[in-house]
Amino acid sequence: MTFLLVGALLLVSLFFNGLGAFSLYRFPDVYTRLHGATKCTTFGTLFAAFAVSLFSVIRFFETGEGRFIVLLIHTLIAAAVLLITNATSAHAIARAAHRSGLLPARAVVDRLEEKEEMKGGAAHD
Amino acid sequence: MYVFVVSFLMYLLLVWSGGGVGIFELFVALILSAVIALLFHKWHPEKKFSVSGLNPRKWFDFLHYLFGPFAVGLAKANIDVAKRVITGNIRPGIVRVNPGLKTDLGKTILADSITLTPGTLTVDIDDEGWFYIHWLFVRDENPAEEELYGDFACWARRLAE
Repeated sequence: MTFLLVGALLLVSLFFNGLGAFSLYRFPDVYTRLHGATKCTTFGTLFAAFAVSLFSVIRFFETGEGRFIVLLIHTLIAAAVLLITNATSAHAIARAAHRSGLLPARAVVDRLEEKEEMKGGAAHD
Repeated sequence: MYVFVVSFLMYLLLVWSGGGVGIFELFVALILSAVIALLFHKWHPEKKFSVSGLNPRKWFDFLHYLFGPFAVGLAKANIDVAKRVITGNIRPGIVRVNPGLKTDLGKTILADSITLTPGTLTVDIDDEGWFYIHWLFVRDENPAEEELYGDFACWARRLAE
């Protein structure tokens, strides 16, 4: 039963991580690829962390060994750090891309570019 | 003070290995978190040593937000983006909204929530508080806030202001 549950969670994680990799081929430019790569990976990796937490909780109640609680704590810290750094790095990459003059492909609207043009395009030099 | 307590607890959580924590580890934790707190104070001299961040109600609110509205938004948006990855049906663009947040913490919480939610990505924030958001499927070139990120702004205001 434990392995069915943990296995199902890992399969969901695998599915989303796979989609994240697949989106690198599907999407046209850096911004849209960031959506796929960082976010599907977050959701996928969160499910992997969830699977490990569930596994350690179940094993703790079965065996009563303290090391499973340590595993649980470390997994939760890793998940929290992942959430913070993922958002920050995605934002940093997108901002750096836009500042270095890379415009979004197939964009229907680009308010940031309009604003920089009004200022004389200084941010792109 | 807040930075000190959080880094102290975080260090102890990381070194704790099932049994008790030795006096040596406590000593190292004290020194390291004191160094981090002092460095933080040096880099941000305008921030006072305060304990308001330790208020348990705030932490409870934050956890409520993380596992309640945010988790629901994350799941919905992930499924939506998963569909778009498979079908390739996208309409990207950078739109702007002004949620009217004042504090840096509030802006950070909202921007991180937007970025973590698939389909929306904060590219830039300017001095007047406008958020420039790359949107995977632009439904409206001048969108309302709710359309982009639901009630995240209300939560950011509640958590940080």
